[in-house]
Amino acid sequence: MARPDAVVRLAAQRLTALFGRKVAVRDVSLLFPTNTVTAIIGPSGCGKTTFLRCLNRMHELSEGGWVTGRVLLDNEDIYGGQLDPVDVRRRVGMVFQRPTPFPTMSIFDNVAAGLRVNGGRRKADLAAAVERALRQAALWDEVRDRLHTSAVALSGGQQQRLCIARAIAPQPEVLLLDEPTASLDPAGTQRIEELCHELKERYTIVIVTHNLQQAGRVSDYTAFFYLGELVEVGLTSALFTRPQREQTEAYITGRFG
Amino acid sequence: MSARSVRRRITSGVMTGLVALLCAAAVLPLLFIFGDLIHKGATSLDWNFFTHTPVPAGQSGGGVAHAIVGTGIVVGLACLIGLPIGIGAGVFLAEYGSGKLGWVVRFVADVMNGTPSIVIGIFAWAWLVRPFGTFSALAGGGALAMLMVPMLARTTEEMVRLVPHSLREAALALGYPRWRTSVQVIVRSALAGIVTGALVAVARVAGETAPLLFTALGNLNFATNIFLPMQTLSLQIFQYGTGPFEEWHRLAWAAALVLMGLVLVLSLAARWATRQRYGAS
Repeated sequence: MARPDAVVRLAAQRLTALFGRKVAVRDVSLLFPTNTVTAIIGPSGCGKTTFLRCLNRMHELSEGGWVTGRVLLDNEDIYGGQLDPVDVRRRVGMVFQRPTPFPTMSIFDNVAAGLRVNGGRRKADLAAAVERALRQAALWDEVRDRLHTSAVALSGGQQQRLCIARAIAPQPEVLLLDEPTASLDPAGTQRIEELCHELKERYTIVIVTHNLQQAGRVSDYTAFFYLGELVEVGLTSALFTRPQREQTEAYITGRFG
Repeated sequence: MSARSVRRRITSGVMTGLVALLCAAAVLPLLFIFGDLIHKGATSLDWNFFTHTPVPAGQSGGGVAHAIVGTGIVVGLACLIGLPIGIGAGVFLAEYGSGKLGWVVRFVADVMNGTPSIVIGIFAWAWLVRPFGTFSALAGGGALAMLMVPMLARTTEEMVRLVPHSLREAALALGYPRWRTSVQVIVRSALAGIVTGALVAVARVAGETAPLLFTALGNLNFATNIFLPMQTLSLQIFQYGTGPFEEWHRLAWAAALVLMGLVLVLSLAARWATRQRYGAS
């Protein structure tokens, strides 16, 4: 599917995710080429979020969560025992469904949080990195005059872009977006979608979404999940116009889900 | 107006009146206590009261400066010992307390919370007074700390648990190690609540008398040596209140007023800390 010259940044191989003995995602293999946006779609409860959380080792933090199979980040298995989960999460950033700014920190400190946790940075470098992240997240112009005020005073859409800025400030390789526009109004949604286009120049993006139009607008590839299994994956344009599987067609034409 | 509507209005009116009455019944004792204290104590509050130590019985004048300073020192010692242990235990319970050890700590804290303070006082005497051969302010602080720790542990745990799970996940997803997530994100977010709990605990123990009878003992003179007996306001009230002299009773009332004022200030400070919390978020 990917162009032959594309570099695979992230790859799931026969990944199965479980809660205790209950299987949530079954035997999924999926490639994420560098500098592309891949959308994961499917009805509620189909395992899309669980799958996403396996890609940065967040799933195992849930009650009873564990996985089998492999996830290769730059050809290295993040479940292989060589990589520290904390380091994996620094390389694979994540933005959640609801904005989660740290309420005790200012706007500046929120964006700097991921940089500070990596330790030892000069003040000037930190300020430059924060500005760069806020510019990339298209929030700089709105907050440049109040960087040191509370982050929770921002609107929902601004908070979500702040969370994106916070996630990209440490310059991860991959950015995971879990329904990032679910709690936003149309204007905020549009800003985030535009961002996806700009951010894929630098990052590899995986976005989980309920919104088929959104998947169509922002992604290069789309993967359709149903009942914990990967049903079909392909170029977004192809998947939406000529789905290969009946379930996919039923879903994208709105007959269920 | 239909009969049903009338009946509803009457029921509503009666219930509202009843609730207002019960509310007044809850608040009135506080007003009576304060009114009485001011009535009987305020006249004795003068400059001497805050700057002098007691004069021999029978003479008028004198003050409780030594008890005010002593209360500060004993409660301060209790904070030095109790705050780190209590808050630390609370954070442990909330963050790592799902196992067997957590269950044990929680159980012990609950039992200690229900233990009468005089029993704590006897234990403090056995551990902190008898081995050293002398009553001391330090032993008093230790006894009060023993009262504070279980209170602090439980309120801190509650406050830390109130922090939304999403914040923890956000920090972990950013590459925060577990302990830094606990300290820099979770505890920091719960800090206002923890401070409130601490102030309430301090206010609670500032007025304790029973545990101090066996430990700090009391002192008629100005004392700052924490290894020797020391006077506190609560002990002063006990001694003067049960004494035979009219002058002592007068001073006991005044000391009670000062102690109540102190507790009130702490409670207001606790309220203020909570206000900040909701104002900011």
